[in-house]
Amino acid sequence: MSASTVMLRHNKIDLALHLLRTEPLDPVVPSRPLLLLHGLGDRSPTGVPHWCASWPGPIAALDFTGHGDSTVPAGGGYSPELLMADVDQALAELTDGDPDRSITILGRGLGAYVALQIAGARASQIHGVILVDGPGLAGGPTGPTSQSVFALDTDGSSPDPYALVELGRDLRPGDYAVSFVNLANANAPVANPITVASSFRPKWLAAVADSPGVVESSLSDALAAYA
Amino acid sequence: MPPFAESAVTPVRPGGREVTSTTVDTMASTDDDSGLDEHGESPFPEARRPDRAYDLPAHGVRIAVHEWGDADAPPLMMMHGGFDFARTFDVFAPKLASGGWRVVSWDQRGHGNSEHAPLYSWDGDMRDTLAVFDHVAGGRPIPVVGHSKGGALMTQLADAQPHRFRCLVNMDGIPYKRNIPDLAEHERTTMLAKDLAGWLDHRGRTATASRKPGTLDDLARRRGRMNPRLPHEWLRRLVTTGGFESDDGWRWKIDPALRFGGFGPWRPEWMLMRLPGLPMPFLGILGAEMEEMGWGTPPHKVLPYMPMDGHCEVLDDVGHFVHIEQPDLVSGLVLDFIGAPA
Repeated sequence: MSASTVMLRHNKIDLALHLLRTEPLDPVVPSRPLLLLHGLGDRSPTGVPHWCASWPGPIAALDFTGHGDSTVPAGGGYSPELLMADVDQALAELTDGDPDRSITILGRGLGAYVALQIAGARASQIHGVILVDGPGLAGGPTGPTSQSVFALDTDGSSPDPYALVELGRDLRPGDYAVSFVNLANANAPVANPITVASSFRPKWLAAVADSPGVVESSLSDALAAYA
Repeated sequence: MPPFAESAVTPVRPGGREVTSTTVDTMASTDDDSGLDEHGESPFPEARRPDRAYDLPAHGVRIAVHEWGDADAPPLMMMHGGFDFARTFDVFAPKLASGGWRVVSWDQRGHGNSEHAPLYSWDGDMRDTLAVFDHVAGGRPIPVVGHSKGGALMTQLADAQPHRFRCLVNMDGIPYKRNIPDLAEHERTTMLAKDLAGWLDHRGRTATASRKPGTLDDLARRRGRMNPRLPHEWLRRLVTTGGFESDDGWRWKIDPALRFGGFGPWRPEWMLMRLPGLPMPFLGILGAEMEEMGWGTPPHKVLPYMPMDGHCEVLDDVGHFVHIEQPDLVSGLVLDFIGAPA
């Protein structure tokens, strides 16, 4: 656990929100928090990564359910939507529960898909989301399949094997992903609240990138745009 | 299916910090508890407690199992619908057991007497189901019956692991293109901003939520609003088998974290695509009367999807709970279909 970590309660799960930078670089320059979301099977960084060191505001990173220092639940049952609700707890913490305050989110891999979802669901509080490469970016099929049903041996260690499997094969239809884009575009406080900065474009992400209002740019440009 | 929307909660801001304290419901009286039997259950004609009840460890989640009939008889598995529980089979299961079967049902995670799990999902329910299969069937194919969500889930499992099924009966659990009221929240397609915000707000409150208390008759009446075709005395029995009494009244046992409505990538019509390929004998039983808790599946939309060894019975003037409204008729159909328990 990093030196500055806040534990947030989400139903029966304790979530670790790591506060990587608590003060803005320049206290006289207005800024907003940046929230980092890790990829599938990964965990939050213990310090400010070099690729976002220029961000002018506070920086935090959330360990998803079953990952890092967050609770590893018994019996599985993961979904990206559940992780979106994880992020909602972090959003409330970083905005001090003020619905008029907003943050920027950078999601890697699975975290990019979850970032897209929260951008649509809490659009008025998301200044921008940046979707970049990382573990779990592809997800599962875009339609029904003859999926296997299984049980795993688990010992409570992180990352949870059920998370690795269930979040690695979740359904991600393109039109479902685009519905979050539409919500974000309609309700975000800024124009073009979604930026795709990944090299890999699985079907859901290609559909997002092709949607009206979605920006494609480099990570550094996106960070500058949403600061 | 208890009325989730009436969960009484102390509102907390997401993150778990209490910001205010509000009493959502008044203290409930319990003066209508008279007439309960020696087990504290409201009697109903032909309703019978399970002959055996026990807990089964299912890969980290405690699952409550209920059995009717001779312990040495061949097993028949039966799965309840979403927001229901195994004891809703108190009339139906004994009728199947009288046909020579050991009828095994269980409370899905978070329902009835099973553990309130940290997470809920279709995959999780499927996995719990396999634990019951492994415990009961010992690898042999057995007859399986499912109602509503239980029917849909068993249909998917029959597609994924047909070797476990001697035959499958799906009671009003064949989805079609409409919202499904008794599926878990992430398994829906509705994508409205207010749905998303409402769901997230609910998730923010669940750490401290509890079900709204009331008198026994209060809870029966609440459920009656969703099940207008079921008699009040039956609903009273459901309260006393699917609820518990505490100092301030009766509450449903179901996990307050579970909630109707929601959204997700899954589409109801996808379940229909699995039907034609099922290799085992299949019987669908549909109630022709559309109900709020039902799937709203028009029979003529289902019939073209019947498996090669399957057929569908449509019951006129019967609602979603076909086995509760017409237990003799439906148990007769099921027993005729599955054959003798040799």
